[in-house]
Amino acid sequence: MVSLVLRRFPGGMSGHLSRFGPPIILLLLLLAAPLVLSDFRVNLLGKILAFAILALSLDLIWGYAGMLSLGHGVFFGLGGYAFAMFLKLEAAKGELPDFMFWSGLKELPIFWAPFQYAWFAIPMVVILPSLLAGALGFLVFRSRITGVYFALISQALALMVSILFIGQQPYTGGTNGLTNLTSVFGHSLYSVETQKALYYITIAFLVGSYLLCLGVVSSPFGRLLVAIRDDENRVRFSGYDPAIFKTAVYALSAALAGIGGALFAPQVGIVSPTMMGIVPSIEVAVWVAVGGRGTLIGAIIGAIIVNYAKSLLSEAFPDFWTYFLGALFIGAVLIFPRGIIGLLRREGWQWPQWMSVARRRLNAVGSATASVWRGIR
Amino acid sequence: MTDPAAWVVQIFNGLSMGSIFLLVALGLALSFGLMNIINLAHGEFIMIGAYTTYSMQQLAIVLTGTPAADYSYFISIPVAFLVAGAAGFIIERLLIRHLYGRSLDTLLATWGVGLFLQQLARTIFGAPNVQVVSPSWLTATVDITTNLVLPVKRIFIIALVILCLGGLFWYMFRSNWGRRTRAVMQNRPMAASLGVATNQVDSLTFALGSGLAGVAGCALALLGPIGPSMGTFYIVDAFIVVILGGLGQIPGTILAALLIGMFNSIFEFSTTAVVGKVLVFALVILFLQWKPRGLMQLRGR
Repeated sequence: MVSLVLRRFPGGMSGHLSRFGPPIILLLLLLAAPLVLSDFRVNLLGKILAFAILALSLDLIWGYAGMLSLGHGVFFGLGGYAFAMFLKLEAAKGELPDFMFWSGLKELPIFWAPFQYAWFAIPMVVILPSLLAGALGFLVFRSRITGVYFALISQALALMVSILFIGQQPYTGGTNGLTNLTSVFGHSLYSVETQKALYYITIAFLVGSYLLCLGVVSSPFGRLLVAIRDDENRVRFSGYDPAIFKTAVYALSAALAGIGGALFAPQVGIVSPTMMGIVPSIEVAVWVAVGGRGTLIGAIIGAIIVNYAKSLLSEAFPDFWTYFLGALFIGAVLIFPRGIIGLLRREGWQWPQWMSVARRRLNAVGSATASVWRGIR
Repeated sequence: MTDPAAWVVQIFNGLSMGSIFLLVALGLALSFGLMNIINLAHGEFIMIGAYTTYSMQQLAIVLTGTPAADYSYFISIPVAFLVAGAAGFIIERLLIRHLYGRSLDTLLATWGVGLFLQQLARTIFGAPNVQVVSPSWLTATVDITTNLVLPVKRIFIIALVILCLGGLFWYMFRSNWGRRTRAVMQNRPMAASLGVATNQVDSLTFALGSGLAGVAGCALALLGPIGPSMGTFYIVDAFIVVILGGLGQIPGTILAALLIGMFNSIFEFSTTAVVGKVLVFALVILFLQWKPRGLMQLRGR
């Protein structure tokens, strides 16, 4: 019996615990958070959990399939806009939304009209991002554009979509975006109860997305993604077409990001093109890197820690935060490339050994500095 | 629309914009061809160059009491090249060197450097934009016909870029370091085993590319305001130029920069600035369907 158990769980029961322990502890902490935090902080945490879904979606394609997308904010934003269009029309109560009136539009544009129905708007939250990702992915991956080239193209996408949304003032609300979202299905967005309900709904979607991603990466499809990441040509020579799999996972990831955006919009009461731009899009990568890429749970932890630190630090020292973020980008790849989860897994909680790794890395930086001095002299 | 002179002006503007893209993209293309990395902080070298120009002018005001634009601007061109080049050299030695072979990680780390430099500029010069006073004779125009008016500034920028290109070609094809750079580009292990100090080639080329971006910053200081995040406006266009131009190819980059500048300008004229940019992006993606490796590619054996 014991041997059967051991065979079933090769790492022993403790190994199993260390794998599923962190997600369960995290979930319990998040569920209990409203009991101890103020309403303001719960709302903040709710927004951060929407970001965590975005981070999860990026980890799926970056950590497992090796595609670093620097434009994932676009899909988050599209999901947000799709749901916010519904909320905006709900807030307008059958009249023309305020910004259209200001821009001189006489009637609702034809593509806005279906968004007054929830049965149309909610599916669009996943359909719009995955259509865009599918189309771009098909063109890009088919011509075997990988690595840095893909990252730069996805960054260009972030620029293009954000300026497109800013430029089309009458249809998208321009720079301000869609503001004054007041209620969701008749519940006021300003009430504490609605915000708490949205918080728990976000947790539910986060758990669902996590389980979905876990299912994907442990399926044969997931194995193939890892194979593509490690050696795309070998996969191609084995008779698979990597382009199809990459497009599929890119579209799936975009759909998840869209869900994150749709959960973000009602918690903030506004969507704007700023969340689709280059800068927020690349920040997602640092959340994933800080947590530990290719671990899924790391993406969630990283998103929570970095964003919470951002709101605390930028409240206290607004200038300092940018320096800190810059240092985080550099540190996340140079000093702890496997992220928080990597530190936990490899070193356990053995502080002295962990410290020695850090010291070794610092020594490397030190000798680099010395070589610069030599270079200058 | 139908006025041919207006089209000529657009094509001319496209040429001058393309030549600035070219200066920025050359550094990116060189370091990509050599080390297979893309530096996301490259836009900040533009910013460094522009702020150097501004600082030189402020220095002139302190020393002479007037902007002394005619002299200070010309001195600031080589100074901007040196300052941005030195910044590039330091960043290469400190950071990028440790990330060879990890191109995606380099993207993130250099973005961090870019954030750092932007905030540094904000701390030193303040968040509001600053302005450089152009030399007096550069503010003139050349009137070819009554409708066809070309600003001297833009002619000067094109000339400056041609000068830089000449210098780069001399460096790459006539100097010892250039020969070593080309050798490392073609075959790094072979060049190393023949005694080329590849790490010095890397640093020097990176510094050279950064310096060229600094000169681009000088040119941009003539055209518009200088701000801490000015680099990000131009850097994506430069990336598109590099992607279109092909892996680390100087001729491809030149052709791509001129094409992108021209298309940007023509689309902008016939539609709007935003739609123009989006159209150019879509065209490049479609072009890559036909030639995935860009306009020109290194012939492999």
